[in-house]
This record gives sequence, structure tokens and C-alpha cells, in this order.
Amino acid sequence: MDLYEYQGKQFFARFGIPVSAGDVARTPDEAVAIGERVGYPVVVKAQVQVGGRGKAGGIKLANDATEVRTHATNILGMDIKGHTVHIVWVERASDIAEEYYASFTLDRSAKKHLGMLSAQGGVEIEAVAEKDPDAIAKIWIDPVEGLTEAAARSWVGAAKLNPAAVDGTVDILQKLYRAYTEGDADLVEINPLILKPTGEVHALDAKVTLDGNSTFRHGDYEQYDETQVRDEREKQAHAKGLQYVGLEGSVGVIANGAGLAMSTVDIVNQVGGKPANFLDIGGGSNATVMAGALEVINNDPNVRSIFINIFGGITKGEEVANGIVQALQNVQIDAPIVIRLDGTNAEQGREILQPHLSDKLQMAPDMISAARLAVQLAAR
Amino acid sequence: MSIFVDENTKVVYQGLTGSQGRYYGLLNRAYGTQVVAGTNPKKAGEDIEGIPIFASVADAVRETGANASCIFIPAPGVRDAVLEAAEGGVEFIACITEGVPAHDEAWFFNKLKRDFPKVRLLGPNCPGIISPGKCNIGITAGHIAKPGGPVGIVSRSGTLTYQALYELQQKGIGVTTCVGIGGDPVPGTSFIDCLEAFEADPETKAVMMIGEIGGTAEEEAAAFIKANMSKPVACYVAGVTAPAGKKMGHAGAIVSGGKGTAAAKMEALRDAGALVGNNPTEAGELMAGIVAKL
Repeated sequence: MDLYEYQGKQFFARFGIPVSAGDVARTPDEAVAIGERVGYPVVVKAQVQVGGRGKAGGIKLANDATEVRTHATNILGMDIKGHTVHIVWVERASDIAEEYYASFTLDRSAKKHLGMLSAQGGVEIEAVAEKDPDAIAKIWIDPVEGLTEAAARSWVGAAKLNPAAVDGTVDILQKLYRAYTEGDADLVEINPLILKPTGEVHALDAKVTLDGNSTFRHGDYEQYDETQVRDEREKQAHAKGLQYVGLEGSVGVIANGAGLAMSTVDIVNQVGGKPANFLDIGGGSNATVMAGALEVINNDPNVRSIFINIFGGITKGEEVANGIVQALQNVQIDAPIVIRLDGTNAEQGREILQPHLSDKLQMAPDMISAARLAVQLAAR
Repeated sequence: MSIFVDENTKVVYQGLTGSQGRYYGLLNRAYGTQVVAGTNPKKAGEDIEGIPIFASVADAVRETGANASCIFIPAPGVRDAVLEAAEGGVEFIACITEGVPAHDEAWFFNKLKRDFPKVRLLGPNCPGIISPGKCNIGITAGHIAKPGGPVGIVSRSGTLTYQALYELQQKGIGVTTCVGIGGDPVPGTSFIDCLEAFEADPETKAVMMIGEIGGTAEEEAAAFIKANMSKPVACYVAGVTAPAGKKMGHAGAIVSGGKGTAAAKMEALRDAGALVGNNPTEAGELMAGIVAKL
């Protein structure tokens, strides 16, 4: 789950990481009220989950109430790379002496947590990594051992920050590591982490991705689930508890199992078609799940054909076939459907489907011929 | 021979009294697996169709000689369950449960490595392991796997593993062991662990490997194949057309920051001398070609 900057800053603040005084506004009036409260100058920042906000005019400095009103009015409703701005974050502007970068994430290869710290902040860390890899000080942390103050201090030493920033950074990094582990984050990133002319260190931005699997121990993460960026189709699928990713094409895809669903999307592409989605319905033969999946795909206006790709394992072919037949009785589907059913008792399953076959419901013996047929039907 | 589990493996099921654990535990027993015990602290002394329930893995190991565990405990309890299994004295743990937080996985991976270096963990979020004709632990349909050999299979995806087993069976090709390592960010057992074991197993003559997008496990496997494998390898990598930044069903299947693409993985595997199919069927045909020449 990706957090907006304002959610990330509120999340950081809970762990004692210093962030600028500010609040969330949904109208220009609210923005002005925040400005009056925290004191000028303030920065008005568009809340969208996409890079390049500043270049798009989504981040503006305001010296008084009139300027806040003007900027908030312009920014609210603005489109930034396809994302509409509904919320602005208004915070007290900070004087910046230096800009750094700090983050924690999981290094899947090392199977340890990876901390990265750089004196070159405020720019894309990927660019720094490419141009000047030595400018990033890295630390690998054993999750069982954790991050000690001594280790944090020696890590900060390796990053060669301004000596004035060392103590403040050591403190923030320990708090950031706590936020990362106790908060079950996939990523916590501060870019820029700033040193003020007055000597304090401070998080000027917040990028946080939380692990959706950890919600059972974080009841409050439901609020973040609700603000995830999803298109209409993804919203519907999410409400039905389906593993769905929206794509741009015209062939709707349903498969059982994540790997098979990915593979199905690949094969539709390989035979010259464009998949409309990735959708994994899991291993069972549940007619309700299948009907829900068909509904979501049917509501996608781009879909011209539907490819159902099922491999029976423990769930037998006849159970899967019965589930499909039942589902089709419960939802009205406009696009023609191609089914490929294979694996355990596939023969029996195909026999069950046989009497239901028509122009709108066809069967193909294997994945590739089924994909070809679905792509042909989509082109009509 | 087979790797990791065989006819001598005695398995205790953590969560045997739950609906999933019971269903698959009994299926595994019907397959021929030595299902010797289940655990549930509240139901010690009871049994599930003759399989005794103990309060803990340690009790089960002491009373039945169990040397492996299979975990069907819901995600919130997995961290404790893995530790309980390792402390209880089993050598092999297959964790089927999906939805385990990545921080828990990273924690128990390192905990086992440090305090229980001889214990092998498979998963979480995996279909399990089957040495056809000998032992089936987890949720794989046993009848789609032909016993014998000469092929070993290792895979990150459940259904694609079944697809591979089935296609080989249709072609009359047997399997020594099929390991589903799972699609999570920190799998207990890696491709390399399995490739190394298959390379050392005299009955395995060729290996089929099924990867997917996300992380660098396939690239690391490719480097291992290049440097250490004498046996031929056929591969497939799912997710060639997956969009960046989206998790494709599995928590670990995500292309992020331009890393973890299927194209890069396939390139690395080809460069290592492996045969790479563009879809599971093609990979199966490549494997049939390899077996025909053995």
C-alpha cells in the first residue's frame, strides 16, 4: 500500500521523526486556515502518488493568505500525469542548508534490511546510484539483530554528511528504522532529509509503502487501503476480494493461480493480442468467485473477448466446469468467452461444458490455441 | 533418489485440526506420505482420523519421531509456528500459508540461519514439495506427477508447477522431486538450494525451472547454473508483459525501479546455457527434447 506524502508524514510523526508543521486541505478555505495557523511562508503541495509534482506546478510557495488561496485554487483539481489532485498538504516552509537522502527497504537478494544514506539528496536516488554509486552509504541489517546506535553512527560517518548533521541524522535513522520494522513497511524513504541553517535535521518529504499482508496487526491501516489509487475496474475487483490488475487491451483474462494468470497475459501478447487485465481467481471451483470475476471483466468497456484459463489440480475438472456453468447462469456476459480447461479430470469437465457451447462460449484444447481464438474474437 | 523428502520422511502437520490442514493432511496421507502427527495445544490427546494430535511440535517429535513439519497455520501465527517447528527438532519445514508479512519472513529466515542452520524451510506461500511415489507434503495434486525421474522441478508458482508436472506426465516423463519455493519476497529455500541438490542427486538428470518477475532470484540461479551445473536446465519465466510497479498476485512478483523484469531473467538464463521457453508448453517441449537425448 502506497501512502500519500501527508499520510507518510503523519506516519513518521508517530515515531517521533521531525516533520514540518502542517495539515491536509481539500478546499482553498481549509488551505488558508492552515496557513494562518502554522505561520507564513508555507508550501502548498499537491497530493498525488506520482513523481514530478514540482515541474507540473503542483508545489508552490505562499507568503500570505492571498497567495495560499491562489495556489490552492490552482492546484486542487489539477491533473498531474493522469492523477487528479483532490488534496493539498500545506506546511510551514523550511530554510534548507543541505539536502540528504535516507531510506530502508528489504534487500531480497541478501535477505536482510538495506539502509541507504547519501549526502546527495533532493534528486532521484537512481540517478545518484548510476552517476556516483560511492555517494550512497549502505548498511545491511540482520532483522534478528536490529540497528544499534553504534552501527547507525558508523553508517552516518561513511556517508560523509556535514558534521553538524551527524547527531540529528543518527537519531532520525534509528526512529526511521523503528517506523520501518514496527510499521511493517516495504519502503520508508526521506528525500530530502534536510539540514537547516539552525542545525536541526528534518524530514521534508515522506515516501512510505506498507505491507498489505501486515494489516492483521495494524487495524488502522484500513484507512490507507481506502485511499489506494485504483481505476474503476480495480475498485470493483478489490471490493470482491479478487487479485486483479487493470491493463490496456481488449482480451479479458481469468486464470487460477498467479503464475498461470501472468502466463496467460503473456501468451495473449505473444499471439498478437492485448490483454485487458490480470485476474487470479485462486485454486477453487467456487461459482460465486467465477461470477464475480466475469462481472468485473464484463464491466470493462474495452473488453471484446474473455479468455478463461483453468488448470485443475486438486480441484477437479468437473467441479471447475460446474462452477463456470453456474456462474454463467448468474451473470449476463456480452463478450464471447473462450475456455481452456486442462489438468485433473479435464475430460469430464469438458463434457459438462459441451452442451453449453455456442458462438458466445467456445472451448479450445490448449493454452496457445485458446489464446489465438480469444484474440481473433476480440479483433472482430 | 529424491531431494529433501522421501519415503522415510515423517511429517507433523501444524494446523491439522483446521479445515485446510485437515483436508490436505488427509490427502497427503492417502497419497502415501507418512503423516504421523498434528499439533494443537487445545486438542492434545485427540486425533484426526487416527492421526494423533499433540500440544506442540516438540511433543510430536518425541512421541512419533517426526522429522518434518507442514504448516497450515493462518498468517498471524506463522512466525511462532516456524520457530516452534525448528525448536521442536524437525529438519524440514514446509510452510504453505500465504499472506505472511515480509518482515516476519525476513526475521525467521535469519533466525533459522543463525540458531538452526541445519533446518530447511520451504515457503511460505508455496504449494509444498512432492517426491512422486514417495512423499507429498502440501497442496500439489499427487496423481499429476509421474514417479521415477529423470527430471527435477523447481518453481516459484503453484499452478505453473502443476502445469509442468502434468505436461511431463502426458509425455511419459517422470519426476524425482518437484519443489514449489513460493512467490513471496523471502523464500526459505531458493532456486540455488534446489539446483545444488538436484545437481548432487544421481537420479536427477535434468532440471526444469519456473520463475517469475520480481527480485533477482532467477539471475542468481543463472549465475549458479553457469558456474556449477553439469545437468541440462529448461526454464520458463512468467510475467514478460507485466506492468512496472504492480504486484501480480504474488507478493514477490513485482517489477520495481526497472529491476526484476522477465526479459532480463530470460536473458541471464540463456546466457548461462539454459534452454528458455516462451510459455510453459514450449518449456515442456524443450524438456522433452532434453530427456530424449539423455
